[in-house]
Amino acid sequence: MTGLLSEVFLSALLFGAVTAAIPLLLAGLGEQMSEKAGVLNIGIEGMMLAGAYLGFVGAFYSGSLWLGFLTGVAGGMAVALVMALLCVRIGLNQIVIGIALTLGLEGLTALLHHFQFSRSYPRLPAPNPTVIPTLADIPVIGPAFFKHHLIVYLAVALVFAMRYLYRRTQLGLNLQAAGDKPAALDVAGIDVVKTRTIAVLSTGALAGLGGAYLANVGAGLFIPFITNGAGFLGIVLAMLARGRPVWVLFGALLFGVCLSLTTAMQVAGINIPTDVIQMLPFLAVMIMLVLFGRRASLPAALGIPYERGAR
Amino acid sequence: MSIDTAPSAGATALDATSNVGTRRDMLRRLMMTVGPILVALVLAGCILLVVGVDPLAYYGYVLEKGLLSPLGIQQTLTRMAPLLFLAAGLIVAFRAGMWNLGGDGQFLLGAVTAAASAPFFVEIMPAWLALFCAFLAATLVAMIWSLVPALLRAYQGVNEIITTLMMTFLGTSLANVLVKLVFRDPGTTVPQTRTLPVEDRLPRLFDTTITSGLVLGLAAIIIVHLVMTRTAFGLKLRVVGANPRAAVHAGLGVPGLTIAVFAISAGLAGLAGAVDIIGVQGNVRADWNPAYGLAVIPAVFLARMNGFAAIGFVFLLSVLSIGGESAARRLGVPNHFTLVLVSIVLIVLALAEYVDHRYNQSRKA
Repeated sequence: MTGLLSEVFLSALLFGAVTAAIPLLLAGLGEQMSEKAGVLNIGIEGMMLAGAYLGFVGAFYSGSLWLGFLTGVAGGMAVALVMALLCVRIGLNQIVIGIALTLGLEGLTALLHHFQFSRSYPRLPAPNPTVIPTLADIPVIGPAFFKHHLIVYLAVALVFAMRYLYRRTQLGLNLQAAGDKPAALDVAGIDVVKTRTIAVLSTGALAGLGGAYLANVGAGLFIPFITNGAGFLGIVLAMLARGRPVWVLFGALLFGVCLSLTTAMQVAGINIPTDVIQMLPFLAVMIMLVLFGRRASLPAALGIPYERGAR
Repeated sequence: MSIDTAPSAGATALDATSNVGTRRDMLRRLMMTVGPILVALVLAGCILLVVGVDPLAYYGYVLEKGLLSPLGIQQTLTRMAPLLFLAAGLIVAFRAGMWNLGGDGQFLLGAVTAAASAPFFVEIMPAWLALFCAFLAATLVAMIWSLVPALLRAYQGVNEIITTLMMTFLGTSLANVLVKLVFRDPGTTVPQTRTLPVEDRLPRLFDTTITSGLVLGLAAIIIVHLVMTRTAFGLKLRVVGANPRAAVHAGLGVPGLTIAVFAISAGLAGLAGAVDIIGVQGNVRADWNPAYGLAVIPAVFLARMNGFAAIGFVFLLSVLSIGGESAARRLGVPNHFTLVLVSIVLIVLALAEYVDHRYNQSRKA
């Protein structure tokens, strides 16, 4: 067991936890925004896949990780645009379209990957970490938390930006109203469809970035179905967080630690089937729900398309 | 007749019996289904052109292998069996306003239970009783699995989308653990459960390769449809779905009904797993997860939770998936294209329904 608790192992474990947590964090923050505005965005898995694929393509052909993130964001937003047109604009069923988009993007990205990369499986070079001076020298914690790619710190900063957005800005209030009482927002002279469209497009951008991070920094390559349910985890995180961005961060880290534990255990040669460890985060959350489960405070109009004058 | 095109989260129309249409209405509905599918095929064909595959050749194979060739249609009908059970389970849940998104976990646990228990039961009792017991075991396990989300929703008001999604992740892993560690067949190198001999599986229909599970599936979905639309119990569930608060005021025992809905829905998903294993597969291999549930959910919605319409959509899904598998092998298009095709079909069908609704509205006005 000494190997388990060594400094190097522990910092590698935490480093992996952060790497695994970032896509979940971005997906969770994105989903939270949609849900606040009253759109249950089940297509987020598809948006992440679009982001992962286009993010990888962008980074692979341009050689620039940042351009890759940008194309990833664009990919996520393109899928979100379809979702916004179909579910917000003309009010089709959000669950049908969400699942259809997820299925379609799973198929489409796998198909494109098959024709483009399946013979060579190209990899991106390892990303250059941004080392934060002095903090990075702290034993264990330093290498675990302060030697990541710049985008990681930006993602964490985004948590607080979102907190500010929801609490202190007009747009934040509009989003909240669009989810809780869209008719009131309409009466106040603010376009509900526009507000919700902004929310869904932002979700696409965040999910796309999360997917691009997953492919470009997390894995260094794109493989079909790379997100492996990360989008659905994002939905779970957003619902558990009840509208609070900081809770999404904690939740993502909890799941990140468990995911990282799976890899670490295998590296350490401990013979527990990965399936058992993969169950840990879900088990933890289920136990939390059983013990402290209270009434969920979801937006009142979640999942209901807004139609002016409808009863 | 009015079609509510904007079904809200809880919209489970109470007027379920009203869509008994005239012949002209039936014809229009048929057009509204076939037309969008053709549009979807053209759109998906454009993607095939982009990747350099002849769409006509591809669709030719899909049609031939999924629908027209004797072997293909038999495979398609066999594939329908588990999908019908899943659809039946979802109809109960969605009509009662409960989002059981945990179908895949319940399906896999039912499958593993059936795979583990059937070879054991077969050795100690007559075959028909053994299969019955295996089905029963699968149903019970899936029901028990759904108890946690059911109790949390019934007594704590915890949102069932979160809990069922989490339970499906847990269930998928648990099913794998069970296959790899507990029920692993010691006689094989590949991790899988003991294989049920072909002669002990569900009999095939007449001289075909179609599983008799198809008949069970059809019976299940029709019974569910009739119970939901024609009985007092079904009405109670639909009232809970339409307005849970009104249901409380009407004196319905909402927590009890909630638990019943989850039990029925999950039980049917477990049966879906069992019918796939006992009828077709014979064993569960490690990491086997066909993820049927995800495609069935939108199909059930598009069928407006109507059992008979759902049979049609399940048939369509089966044709596309069986035909797509064959076409993929022949033309070197990966099977993933079927996902794209199904997705486009779902979206275009949803759009067509919207257009139809708007057309009706403008005609009335």
